[in-house]
Amino acid sequence: MALLEARGISKKFGGLAAVSALDLDIEKGMIASLIGPNGAGKTTFFNMVSGFYTPTSGQMLLDGKEIGGLRPNRATALGLGRTFQNIRLFSNMTALENVLVGMNCRLKSAWYGALLRLRSVVQEEAKAHERAQELLAYVGLGGKGETLAKNLSYGLQRRLEIARALATNPKLMLLDEPTAGMNPLETTDAMALIKRVRDDLDITILLIEHDMKVVMSISEFITVLDHGAKIAEGTPEQVRANPKVIEAYLGKGVTKIRRAKQKVVAKTESEKDGTA
Amino acid sequence: MAQLWHSLTGPWRALPARQRQILTWGFSIFLLLIYPLVDKTFKWGLVNDVTDVLVLVVLALGLNIVVGYAGLLDLGYAAFFAIGAYTTGVLTWPAHHLEWNFWIVIWASVIVAAFFGIVIGTPTLRLRGDYLAIVTLAFGEIVPVVMRNLGSVSIGIGPWRLLSDFNLTNGVQGLNPVGRPSIWGFNFSFDPTPWYYLILLIAALVIFANVRLQNSRLGRAWMALREDETAADCMGVDPVRTKLQAFAIGASFSGFSGAFYAAKLQAIFPELFKFNLSIMVLCMVILGGMGNIKGVVIGGMLLQLFDRVILTQTTVFARHVGETLHIAPLATIDLSLWRWFFFGLAMVVIMLVKPEGLFPSAARRAELHAAEEETLQPAERG
Repeated sequence: MALLEARGISKKFGGLAAVSALDLDIEKGMIASLIGPNGAGKTTFFNMVSGFYTPTSGQMLLDGKEIGGLRPNRATALGLGRTFQNIRLFSNMTALENVLVGMNCRLKSAWYGALLRLRSVVQEEAKAHERAQELLAYVGLGGKGETLAKNLSYGLQRRLEIARALATNPKLMLLDEPTAGMNPLETTDAMALIKRVRDDLDITILLIEHDMKVVMSISEFITVLDHGAKIAEGTPEQVRANPKVIEAYLGKGVTKIRRAKQKVVAKTESEKDGTA
Repeated sequence: MAQLWHSLTGPWRALPARQRQILTWGFSIFLLLIYPLVDKTFKWGLVNDVTDVLVLVVLALGLNIVVGYAGLLDLGYAAFFAIGAYTTGVLTWPAHHLEWNFWIVIWASVIVAAFFGIVIGTPTLRLRGDYLAIVTLAFGEIVPVVMRNLGSVSIGIGPWRLLSDFNLTNGVQGLNPVGRPSIWGFNFSFDPTPWYYLILLIAALVIFANVRLQNSRLGRAWMALREDETAADCMGVDPVRTKLQAFAIGASFSGFSGAFYAAKLQAIFPELFKFNLSIMVLCMVILGGMGNIKGVVIGGMLLQLFDRVILTQTTVFARHVGETLHIAPLATIDLSLWRWFFFGLAMVVIMLVKPEGLFPSAARRAELHAAEEETLQPAERG
């Protein structure tokens, strides 16, 4: 059974079908990507998984449990972590506090426990702080725990968002354009981090990304959306060779031009062969 | 001058932060404890006023949880104060033949106030920002009206009369007298000193709760909601539940001060809990610095000092000046009639000059100055 299963998921905004009858399986332990031209329905799909939108119809199962239409915090409790396209950290809280908020739904202490400072609460807090420091160190923010989130550099803010999502102890992590706005060096680092998260922590990753270099080099499975429907899926090689994908991205004429080009190339090559 | 100050405070700053903290706290507590003695020696006769100020400070500390920590603008906070006071009133008013012990009643008031915090919060806390402010404003107006009209309660289904013209709150006249506390045979009466110590104890309790909650899982969740509700929701913070807890805990603190206030004043009537009171408490929180306990306490005290001492003293002074210089309007001036004008003015000035309050929390300061930085940046680039 796949970790995330979408069964005939649709979302309509009035008359507009942003996503229509989409089936999608994300296997456990995979790094999967969702790509498509602007307006293809990628973010709408993300928002349905993470609980912002209720699907108009269809089923969304995370590890066999229905999450379609659950409030975001419920989905998080069931094992869904996410980052945002435009960084949404708690910018006036410290890096450590950001991570601790991520742990919120895994901690149990209630208000009376905090008031009376029960032993269990003190122990839980100590453990949480320790774990938060570990997570910060893991994403490369060791020693920056007391820095306000907004004072971190852009690349580090992205990392902090990942640490915060990891703190929710997710099974599946949704990354919405994790390398947007990064320079090539930061992009390489971010990709290495994403790989590490999957390899070390056994967290399945689904990402939306526009940078094709990133998508092709990191993904093991790619799903291509266009106009709210799935037009192709498979390994990077399969997707890259799929004419429908090329059409969706570059327009219909392109395939013809390409074929024509290929013919020309073949011709010249055969001519070369002939002359040789 | 700055250098002199620097060298004078040198030894103080040389102390470790922890020791400085203990010394400051110890000294403040000592001052507060001996205050009635000092008052008696110098014949100020202000213990009663200071007690009333502390009632408002406790209210401000409760509102600080709602407004300062969780970022929910509550314009009807006096309603919970009223509910606390009326709970005490109803349970101890002789005509009801209940006359419960005050030490039980005060906790009952806390529970009832917290309960109404949840009742009011459940439908309204789904709203954000301005909408919440409007709904709480309306709630603040409704409660005194309800209290006035509960002087005659009739409940009946068809021909069955469950209650007929039952007098719960005694309408406009209000409940009088209200039961007073007594401890080990000692009865609280008109001497303000025992009341002073009692409210000091309540204030200490409320401050303690504020501190503990601030650095807890719940406190962090409140802060996260204040910063970015959507992101907090995605990180597993249940917004409705967390806000409800802020409302309920904030309300329970006003239940404390409501019970105390009712018992001390010996009479409660709907007029006491008007919109002005909500705004006054909100002013105290904003002036001192939202989200900062020290700020709220000192800010609240300053505002009350201004209201009760400085305004009257300035009036006396202005009249004196008017009489000696024969300026008729100045000789008959009463500045205390202008109090709301001065409050408004103070708020405008604070918002313009120091929007984070006089003693802000670090996070709040950062939040309120972030907008400035953002607007500055393009200009710098240009």
